[in-house]
Amino acid sequence: MATSADRFVHRPNAIDRLGQTVVYVGELLRHPVYTRFLHWMVGIFFFLALLSGFGIYLPWIFRFFTPLFGGGPMTRLLHPWFGLGFVFFFALQAINWLQVMKWTPGDSRWMKNIRKYVIRSDSTESPETGFFNGGQKLMFWEIVCGSIAYVITGVIMWFPTTFGRIAVAISYMVHDVSALVMLFGIFFHIYLSTFGEPGTIQAMTRGTVSEAWAWTHHPAWYKAVTGRDPRQAIEQTQSEMAASKRPGRPPEVL
Amino acid sequence: MSDRGTLRIQRISGHLGPVPGEGTQREDKVCKLIDTTTCIGCKACEVACVEWNDMPFRETYFDNTYQTMPDTEWNFWNLIKFNEDEHADGSFAWLMRKHQCMHCADPGCLHACPADGAIVQYENGIVDFQQENCIGCQFCVSGCPFNIPKFDPNTKKVYKCTLCSDRVGAGLEPACIKACPTGCLHFGTKDDMKFLAEKRATQLREVSGFKEAGVYDPPTIGGTSVIYVLHNINKTEAYGGLPREPRISQAFTIWKEWFKPIGLFGAMLGFVGVVMHYIFEGPLRTQPTPPVKEIVPPDLGKEN
Repeated sequence: MATSADRFVHRPNAIDRLGQTVVYVGELLRHPVYTRFLHWMVGIFFFLALLSGFGIYLPWIFRFFTPLFGGGPMTRLLHPWFGLGFVFFFALQAINWLQVMKWTPGDSRWMKNIRKYVIRSDSTESPETGFFNGGQKLMFWEIVCGSIAYVITGVIMWFPTTFGRIAVAISYMVHDVSALVMLFGIFFHIYLSTFGEPGTIQAMTRGTVSEAWAWTHHPAWYKAVTGRDPRQAIEQTQSEMAASKRPGRPPEVL
Repeated sequence: MSDRGTLRIQRISGHLGPVPGEGTQREDKVCKLIDTTTCIGCKACEVACVEWNDMPFRETYFDNTYQTMPDTEWNFWNLIKFNEDEHADGSFAWLMRKHQCMHCADPGCLHACPADGAIVQYENGIVDFQQENCIGCQFCVSGCPFNIPKFDPNTKKVYKCTLCSDRVGAGLEPACIKACPTGCLHFGTKDDMKFLAEKRATQLREVSGFKEAGVYDPPTIGGTSVIYVLHNINKTEAYGGLPREPRISQAFTIWKEWFKPIGLFGAMLGFVGVVMHYIFEGPLRTQPTPPVKEIVPPDLGKEN
């Protein structure tokens, strides 16, 4: 949990200085410009690589996806470069997040209680959930492993005569499995950052989240950055809402 | 081919005796027979191939063998492989084998290819590349057990022997067959070539003293449309690396044809899963939420 606060010892770099993050009252800084830039570069290259890879993946769907990239040969030509773009920006993001993605015993407990998270039996995350929860970390490390697999197998398939028949055949399967796992994961990533947990996506667009979002989804991180107890904060807001006689959203959640 | 079949005569009016041509059958499968025991390594077939397919002069280098170049190339599809095979008694044989696409009945290249229409197999057994549909991914290179398809870095396409599909389609024999001076190359239907090959192999075993002579038509890939008569069927590797049991990697058969669609379906279940989750469980809102009026259906044991 101590690592959660370390996140904010981010020294602005050249890319951070290109933009700005406005934190309004009732909000917390979540992702600085550099992190957001990397995230969307990874996202763009992910979808370019995904769609161009789709065409090469199965002859059945070849005709639907290759025209998007100027036909089969162009798709084949571009796909490795899209992939390299994805891996390059993700590598930078991995370095950026290495500290905060460290697996803790709390994350193991989170994974054990994943059922409660899925069926929404608790109204907030466990009090020990820091900057990222166990699921987010799992996905991060899956992408790290998947990207390493992508690069190794991708290069082998890029230059098939250099590495031999067997190596290509194995790479072909590993590359596919890695892509399928990431495709499976991207649905959860998009869902949980939009519909599944309202108020999340602004962390990657404007870079800030509401305090209510922070104490709901990342209570330990909230405590580390504000010093307030998340439980108390919820109760206090609740009583303020009751006093205002206007049952509605808490005032700072806009 | 099938439209010609419908014009076969079945009955004739006012005709005495049996109908001429009744019960004839077409044999569509073509085959090239290469009798390595009568090949003299003259390379006429190499020249004929380059000439008919209008391929440019290709530079090569001398590496102390009679072989024109180490391997076939994107614009050199037909290569005589020269190999010295030493026997246990100290004697040795100089083996010459015409190396080209084998036109497998179960082609590894076709299985491996992801591009729509880039590789076709005709009913006569010829496996042909359609370069206009090729995307240059080179999966066929890895799919082929004989290392035949070759990539041209300039056009970014893959090429190989067509078994002169353009000539065969016009009723001609392939260019290499026409050029062969010793008659070691034969062309005809698969049945006829198989018969001829077996006859020659028997002759080699019984008359010429090649006790292990045999016909190379590997069943592991369903047979090939190019078959060999070899002096020693148990030493195929000695003929410039002719695989004894060529196999297609399961990465390109079971994996591609079964696992990939199923795997894609499995990954898309993630999409179904999140949609269902939203419908059944709904979002996790920031706390505190507005006071709850009612939970439908009631008494799910949820605190809100």
